[in-house]
Amino acid sequence: MATAPQAPEDDLERDLHTEHQILNMGPSHPATHGTVKFLVELDGETIVDLDVQVGYLHRGFEKECESGSWYQAIPYTDRLAYTSAILCNVGFCMAVEKLLELETPERCQWLRVLSGEIARVSDHLTRCGAAALELQAMTPFLYGIEARELTYDLMELLCGARVTANYIRIGGVKHDMPPGFPEAAREMIPKIRGLITDFGAVVTQNRIFVDRLKGTGVISKKDCIDYAVTGPILRSVGVPYDIRKDQPYLVYDQVDFDVPIGEVGDNYDRYLVVVEEMHQSLRIVEQCLDRLQKTASEPVNVDDPRVRWPAKGRVFNRMEELIQQFKSVTEGPRVPAGEAYFAIEAANGELGFYLVSDGSAVPYKVRCRPPSLINVAPLPIMVRGDMLPDIIPTFDFINMIGGECDR
Amino acid sequence: MDDHGSPVLRALLAAMPNAVLDTHARLGDETAIVDAAKIVEVMRFLRDTPETEFDMLTDVTAVDYLGEQPRFEMVYHLYSVYRNRRLRVKARVPEEPAEIDTLTELWSSANWMEREVWDMYGIRFKGHPDLRRLLLYEEFEGHPLRKDYPKERRQPLVGPRN
Repeated sequence: MATAPQAPEDDLERDLHTEHQILNMGPSHPATHGTVKFLVELDGETIVDLDVQVGYLHRGFEKECESGSWYQAIPYTDRLAYTSAILCNVGFCMAVEKLLELETPERCQWLRVLSGEIARVSDHLTRCGAAALELQAMTPFLYGIEARELTYDLMELLCGARVTANYIRIGGVKHDMPPGFPEAAREMIPKIRGLITDFGAVVTQNRIFVDRLKGTGVISKKDCIDYAVTGPILRSVGVPYDIRKDQPYLVYDQVDFDVPIGEVGDNYDRYLVVVEEMHQSLRIVEQCLDRLQKTASEPVNVDDPRVRWPAKGRVFNRMEELIQQFKSVTEGPRVPAGEAYFAIEAANGELGFYLVSDGSAVPYKVRCRPPSLINVAPLPIMVRGDMLPDIIPTFDFINMIGGECDR
Repeated sequence: MDDHGSPVLRALLAAMPNAVLDTHARLGDETAIVDAAKIVEVMRFLRDTPETEFDMLTDVTAVDYLGEQPRFEMVYHLYSVYRNRRLRVKARVPEEPAEIDTLTELWSSANWMEREVWDMYGIRFKGHPDLRRLLLYEEFEGHPLRKDYPKERRQPLVGPRN
């Protein structure tokens, strides 16, 4: 009869042999929305280190901008943060207006705030909905996406496009809001609010959701500032930095809204900040509608021959306007030589454009300061020591938008 | 040199008159053009002095002025969270050698943004702990945002790494 070999005494006493293992996660992973690759070093299931590899969606935005006119860069900006395309339009156009030293008409500014805040709501809805989905909760995701559909419907009413809006122009907007838009918006806002509340009712107190978010992905105030993190992540650690309040642009100094801040800087705080920001944005949208309905028939485009397109009727009947139209289409505006940096508060944080013009009709340099890229850089310090599944909610609430991160 | 009424530029000019080559405040953007060799010194002063207190390095980029000497210009945007103030610092970098000291020891945000500048412009950052390409892949030839890199240029196909 064979007997099992006896293990030597000291072998049994020895610790379990573990080695750090390297795990590839991405670039196309079902639980991350965005093409990004993580090289995770694991000790068991604990994250020892993480290398974030970005760039899978690089399309040469900055290079491409250097070969067209200033106008032709606007559709490209739509494809940066495609979940809030209007905000990218606004950022770029306002940077060009800074170079041109243009002041846009008030009605245009209100329209920009209105459309930008709708875009912010849809961005935040995507972030929360996708986060819920990736934490295995399908129902709240559908609430979020249903509300996002409503914001897209509003966008479609306003400018004809649902996602890539291309609505903002240098010195104005494409056109005034169509008749019936304020009524439709007023009808839609309570529905969006209701869906956000429904979303919150399913997840905010949900045991699984709370357990996955509380205490994970914590970042300190010092690290946030050191890594130049902005937006909801910076506000979740208690720094009330919001460019709309701190360096007001457009008409943000005339609207009434609050900047929610968190305390601990974990994923749960980020979730609460984002949800409150949606409510604040809807508040701003309502104030914009009030104001826009009172000031109907005011101009929405600046009357400056450098950027204004002449009225069609005049183009067909007058030589001067025909020439101007021809020049505007074939060449685009000439922007005075110089440099300008202009930053707006996009859904993810500070979206800045640093532009250099050599005085010609083609940009010399277009730099987009992408909040997504800069916010995703401290991911290793946020998840170090956490468990492998904690990457998912942390990455979700950073809300890296590939188009903007990789440009 | 003029401080353009800016307390930040005044403090910088008073403390380091030799490092600052020029200043301007066009379009409301306060700008200091500094000596590239003293970039770390200047930035440390701007970060640590109470009058300036720029605790956030918001943006790092470069511009290629092909045909000019020196060819490149590094552009840094600073922001002070507590003072709510911005400053732009620029430094010219020659083509050969295209290198400047890294700011990673002052701000962690410099790490990725300097990697991007290396990737796109081929400017080396002396002392950078991890100077890999950021957006493009290792086998990519050239630095695409240089003005002498043609937009249509094709890259060789690379196979899987292992």
